[in-house]
Amino acid sequence: MKKDNLIISKRKFNSRLIVGTGKYKSMTECAKAIEISGANIVTVAVRRVNITDKKKPLLMDYIDPKKITYLPNTAGCFNSDEALRTLRLAREIGGWKLVKLEVLGDKKNLFPEMIETLKSTEILTKEGFKVMVYCNDDPLMAKRLENVGAAAIMPLAAPIGSGLGILNKVNIQIIRDQTKLPLIIDAGLGQASDATIAMELGCDGVLVNTAIAKAKKPFEMAKAFRNAVIAGRQSFLSGRIEKKIMGSASSPKKGII
Amino acid sequence: MKKKIKIKINGKINKIDDKTKLSDLIKNLKVPLKKVAIELNMEIVNKKNLNKINLKVNDKIEIVHFIGGG
Repeated sequence: MKKDNLIISKRKFNSRLIVGTGKYKSMTECAKAIEISGANIVTVAVRRVNITDKKKPLLMDYIDPKKITYLPNTAGCFNSDEALRTLRLAREIGGWKLVKLEVLGDKKNLFPEMIETLKSTEILTKEGFKVMVYCNDDPLMAKRLENVGAAAIMPLAAPIGSGLGILNKVNIQIIRDQTKLPLIIDAGLGQASDATIAMELGCDGVLVNTAIAKAKKPFEMAKAFRNAVIAGRQSFLSGRIEKKIMGSASSPKKGII
Repeated sequence: MKKKIKIKINGKINKIDDKTKLSDLIKNLKVPLKKVAIELNMEIVNKKNLNKINLKVNDKIEIVHFIGGG
């Protein structure tokens, strides 16, 4: 049987769960949760080195970039220039070309600023980046991102860190039906079943940070998400039954006493 | 005595010797070169060229690395 890998820009990954590395209590906790989650890709942020406190632990000492694919992101960027600057620096650190673009438009709801996002996607793609794009769940915008060369479409389920789950399943379904690009739900998931729903809608993967990092038991939740993604994918590939209004008995009528 | 100049490193003012090489500054800061990217006055510096750059007054240096993020 053909292996059911997640393929992004011709790169194959075993796991369809991508996890963020923020909000954990410690680097040790973060590294362990990632291991339990089975994720092959983790998102990371680009920030200033603390040049006064050199004893501060470095992410790379805990999560080996040779074993786990680092996906540099542009979290905290509010316009195209900031995002481009961040990802060019990220590429300089270690030659990373697969990146997550995230240009925010509002400090409260953290919704993506789609005009700047579209502009940045086009520029970065021309510079040779493979851009996985955090976006809203608008099918028209998703199409435009695809047209300018996005490597993956990553619509939000709900606002970042909100834990609300997928708010607009219909839009996600429409985006799924219109694109062959990897479709990854990014942001807003709250519990493992949200990931299953995303996978059952036909998404190629999910990206989770807060729901694991801020769960009361992050390691247990990492395991739950791992299983939920696998279950959702299997369910999707198995072909669900049609929905009907009326009941349909499971036991045969023949031979009733 | 060598002339001192003011430069900014990661947003903070630092006094260094005039014409300090960027490579020497990085060495003094004990920054793990393989795990960072360096920007001088908003332009990315090729790490191979660090010893060819003499720092001058009001230079702005940014040294960044990866940290946890979503």
